[in-house]
Amino acid sequence: MEVLYSGTALFLLLTLVAGLWRVLHGPTPADRMLAAQLFGTTAVASLLLLAQAFGRPHLRDVALVFALLAAVTAVAFVRRAWTVWEDDDADN
Amino acid sequence: MQITDFLTLLLLFAGAGFFLAGTVGLLRFPDVYTRLHALTKADNVGLGLVVAGLVLQAESWPAMGKLLLIWLLVILASASVAHLVARTALRKGIRPWKK
Repeated sequence: MEVLYSGTALFLLLTLVAGLWRVLHGPTPADRMLAAQLFGTTAVASLLLLAQAFGRPHLRDVALVFALLAAVTAVAFVRRAWTVWEDDDADN
Repeated sequence: MQITDFLTLLLLFAGAGFFLAGTVGLLRFPDVYTRLHALTKADNVGLGLVVAGLVLQAESWPAMGKLLLIWLLVILASASVAHLVARTALRKGIRPWKK
């Protein structure tokens, strides 16, 4: 079973690498942020898998922190960096 | 191989498939709204299936509760992020994609 967990985690990390293309190419800041959001979820999933694979329950706490920070990051992005009333036509 | 191990294998494969579909959608879909659609599927269903597979193997009830809590948190985050990003994109005048 350890091989299954680590293999799935490795596969998720490979999809993460593929998703980096969207971060590089945009075109809007929201697209890059969505890719980062997907990375957050992928990281949570692979951390949970690694916690099970290597018998390290602490990694679940790391995943919990990741999930919390992902929520805060995206809300902060929309409310602070990508709002309508600041850079209305600058970064569209 | 026990029946729970087999179920875990199935759920993990299905979850990984949803993550792959979400990534492919994020790369291939034409605008921010359709990409949001792909992202939330990977968030909710992909992580949900992975968590469901791991819950079957968890060593104690608190560990199961923590796994489900992480999933709920991610669902909450992705739902609010989808709404916020879509509303801001509309207000910025990004037109939804039409064929």
